[in-house]
Amino acid sequence: MGIPVHDVLIVGGGGAGLRAAIAIGEEFPDLSIGVVSKVYPMRSHTVSAEGGAAGVIKPNDSLDDHCYDTISGADWLADQDAVEAFVNEAPKELIQLEHWGCPWSREPDGSVAVRPFGGMKIRRTWFAADKTGFHMLHALFQTSLRYKPVVRYDEFFVTKLLVNDGRCQGVTAIEIRTGEVHAIGGKSVILCTGGAGRIFPFTTNAAIKNGDGMALAYRAGVPLKDMEFVQYHPTGLPGTGILITEAARGEGGVLLNKDGYRYLQDYELGEALPLDSPDHPRLRAMELGPRDRLSQAFVKEQERGRTIQGKYGDYVHLDLRHLGQKKIDKQIPFVRDTAKNYIGIDPVYEPIPVRPVVHYMMGGVDTDIDGATSLPGLFAAGECACVSINGANRLGSNSLTELLVFGRRAARVAAGFAIENPAVDEDAIRKQAAEEEERIRSCFLERTGGSETIADIRTDLNTTLDKGAGIYRNEGALKETCATVLELKKRFGEIQLTDRTRTFNTELQNALELEFMLDAGEALAFSAVARTESRGSHQRTDHPERNDEDFLKHSLAYRTDGEPRIDYKDVVITRWPPGERVYGKR
Amino acid sequence: MREGYRRPIPATWWLQKRSYSLFMLREFTSVFVGGYAFFLLVLVSRAQDPASFASFYEALMSPLSIVLHVLALAMVLYHTVTWLNLTPKVVIVWRGEQKLAPFVIAGAHYLLWLVTSGAVVWLVLS
Amino acid sequence: MASASAATQVLEVFRYSPEQDPEPHFQSYEVPFHDDWVVLDALNHIKDRMDWSLTHRWSCRMGVCGSCGMMVNGEAKLTCAAFLRDYYPKPIRVEPLTGFPVLRDLVINMDDFMEKLVQVKSWLIPKEPRELSQGEYRQSPAELARYKQFSMCINCMLCYAACPVYALHTDFIGPAAIALAQRYNLDSRDAGEQQRAEAIQADEGVWECTFVGECSKVCPKDVDPAGAIQQAKMAGAIDWYKALLPRGKG
Ligand SMILES: Cc1cc2nc3c(=O)[nH]c(=O)nc-3n(C[C@H](O)[C@H](O)[C@H](O)COP(=O)(O)OP(=O)(O)OC[C@H]3O[C@@H](n4cnc5c(N)ncnc54)[C@H](O)[C@@H]3O)c2cc1C
Ligand code: SF4
Ligand code: FES
Repeated sequence: MGIPVHDVLIVGGGGAGLRAAIAIGEEFPDLSIGVVSKVYPMRSHTVSAEGGAAGVIKPNDSLDDHCYDTISGADWLADQDAVEAFVNEAPKELIQLEHWGCPWSREPDGSVAVRPFGGMKIRRTWFAADKTGFHMLHALFQTSLRYKPVVRYDEFFVTKLLVNDGRCQGVTAIEIRTGEVHAIGGKSVILCTGGAGRIFPFTTNAAIKNGDGMALAYRAGVPLKDMEFVQYHPTGLPGTGILITEAARGEGGVLLNKDGYRYLQDYELGEALPLDSPDHPRLRAMELGPRDRLSQAFVKEQERGRTIQGKYGDYVHLDLRHLGQKKIDKQIPFVRDTAKNYIGIDPVYEPIPVRPVVHYMMGGVDTDIDGATSLPGLFAAGECACVSINGANRLGSNSLTELLVFGRRAARVAAGFAIENPAVDEDAIRKQAAEEEERIRSCFLERTGGSETIADIRTDLNTTLDKGAGIYRNEGALKETCATVLELKKRFGEIQLTDRTRTFNTELQNALELEFMLDAGEALAFSAVARTESRGSHQRTDHPERNDEDFLKHSLAYRTDGEPRIDYKDVVITRWPPGERVYGKR
Repeated sequence: MREGYRRPIPATWWLQKRSYSLFMLREFTSVFVGGYAFFLLVLVSRAQDPASFASFYEALMSPLSIVLHVLALAMVLYHTVTWLNLTPKVVIVWRGEQKLAPFVIAGAHYLLWLVTSGAVVWLVLS
Repeated sequence: MASASAATQVLEVFRYSPEQDPEPHFQSYEVPFHDDWVVLDALNHIKDRMDWSLTHRWSCRMGVCGSCGMMVNGEAKLTCAAFLRDYYPKPIRVEPLTGFPVLRDLVINMDDFMEKLVQVKSWLIPKEPRELSQGEYRQSPAELARYKQFSMCINCMLCYAACPVYALHTDFIGPAAIALAQRYNLDSRDAGEQQRAEAIQADEGVWECTFVGECSKVCPKDVDPAGAIQQAKMAGAIDWYKALLPRGKG
């Protein structure tokens, strides 16, 4: 029996995956494209993004300004050639999406509207009210329906990359509905599987963000880059971690401590302008500073005993009351709905309790500026990849644009690779898939006598990463986390499942996802302990200074049978030599 | 047939939810709307011939006929009101970025209804 | 998450595993009651701590991915937005969305909708092609407002579950797909209305709808699919009359 084979096989149907699929459909209409996704594409996590997507469009803005904001926001750990490519292509991609029907919010003259965002000196964030990711994803998904060569494998869960003859030639995937294990061939494969926020206990990320693609590549010998950089978003709802978008601050919302004081002014983020000042909110200052600095300020404020104690940990207030109902309803209606529904607070009348929450992985599969990895035939784009434009701290609204720019770039190069290279060796990959099926059967479905549960290991992984790899880190705690993760990987070998059926076996899927999470957590913890400096979101209390001499470098974590091997590679600097990150200056 | 288990739909599905029952009632009132239209046709055709009209008129005065008329009136009113209440879903009038409020649309239809009914009454009486 | 009180609540959950059960049945679970828990939290608690075989879809837990629709005490709901406290202390009955075949437990088969999206051509069919170098199409806030509501659909399928017409005739294109077709029909950049009419003005399209109106009541995003369908009927009727006129467009 033959197996399905595509020219380009895309794993992931989020923003990055769909953009890649459409790019091939448009530019290479003769190629066949497979899109494998463990959820229906429009359920992908891109759907949750709220605030907006950055791209230079207005006459008062310039590409260089966007580059500088991104690079300084990244604490100079971004590759500047990648940032320049990104910033150049960003406006075209956003216009392209407009041509595909994305309902961007508009100015009275009918041009697209832009809003301010954290760490950006000029307003350049395109938005569709406060459901930007939702509208982008649905526009992409619906547009993708037009392309006949796109074959979708909805609710297929990828468990392994099939590597033959030194080249990635496909994947094995469980058809969730039937439990069947398939080999799907691809002359080139693009990973677009999103982030890994779920390895932490308190996150804005959806249930599907388990670092799958990162672990798949890691297991295939591809290094994971800059995994120690984890973004905490300063404004999550306590308890659930549901995000209150940065757009709330972009529209003028402010953060208050327990005394009603705008505490950010104590943390080198500029002065607190009066709320009725025409200059409020000031760009690249105070509430519109970068996320790493705001989340760090929260911890400091907490240490000073000036946060508010709640059932789900300490919090501060995000006050939107001065914006008034009309503005809130027009610009950030979802914020109001969410706060009302989930915590019973109407931001028109009361401030919203918020605290920092794990939000985004700056690190990921090491790729070059075209999404190519060190494994021939394997490409990556979107949050699972690290190109890197985000360095040590991503700026809000750069990620959605990144999905488009690098989704397309990876697609073009992957298509070229598929055209130039010989067919996949179906027999070889079918054989590998059979081995994978056997592993799934013997280690999970048919195994007996195990003593561990998914929930226990997952909870312990969450706890140890939270303890060791939180906003502030130190060697002692990180070493403990490293040891615990290795221990958990051992314990995972003792896992016992109870569901032995094939149809929609989500217990099996959860177990395999946990296995991915353990790999992502491992790379994260070991990269963090090795980086003995503080940069962006990686703050070491035992090494509080940035150290360009030794660490203006990307970390690369390679999987081994024991501890991962950590290596480094230089950051690409073109026009912006490393400098001080200054926020809040006039 | 799609894969998966299909749950049977009981014949009484419309009794399981109040809104479904009200919907069925609204559909049922159409019988009276149609029936009364038919009745009016008969009425008009009989009116051509005074003799047969007299006996027809007689029959109309029977208690059964009066009960039926009251019932028909109630049903037709229910029918009309439920439909008029739905008009804001069909007729959308834009004023810039705002829709005209539903009650304005429904109100306009009610007004139209009253005016037409008034006109009919005036026609019949004069 | 230990709660101070030991209050509990009972969930009666629809169970069906095609490999094990010839017929579905209900299974009761007693879960801790928290007044900030949603039904989905309770289901996840059951799955993590009581019964790993329980099967349901979910992802965002914030009412936007559209995965977690189920019948909660007979009403189609997003379970990540249905709070236990609104039912407490009564038991809560959780079932898969009605009108769809059940794959397992609370998971439905929605292939049908995915195909209908293609049938109604729910993508932009541009009025005039435009190069990227020409920048964006101009669209005033008022033009945006015309279709915005219908663009808010998260494909959660609650409207289909509430629609008795769909339950009886699955050929009916149904509320969300028609709302999405209307979303593009009303977009100032679009000129695809005629092409979409093929599907939505067909017998299985808008004319199958008897205007029960439940779809709009259960819609968690205020899309008002019932309104979309009636407006499409109106547009179809007007086109039909116009076609009767001698010069076609009148
Ligand atoms: C709440 C929230 C708000 C945000 N707001 C913004 C914002 O305003 N602006 C901004 O720029 N960024 C924002 N972000 C970040 C941004 O949304 C994400 O980084 C981005 O959407 C990731 O897109 P993606 O295409 O890489 O992956 P995703 O959209 O996460 O898609 C991943 C895809 O991979 C598939 N997949 C994963 N694993 C497997 C597997 N094993 N087998 C098969 N398929 C698999 C999934 O099914 C899915 O289709 C936000 C993030 C969150 C959490
Ligand atoms: S119209 Fe409403 S109920 Fe129907 S699928 Fe869309 S969001 Fe869900
Ligand atoms: S889990 Fe996404 S809508 Fe409920």
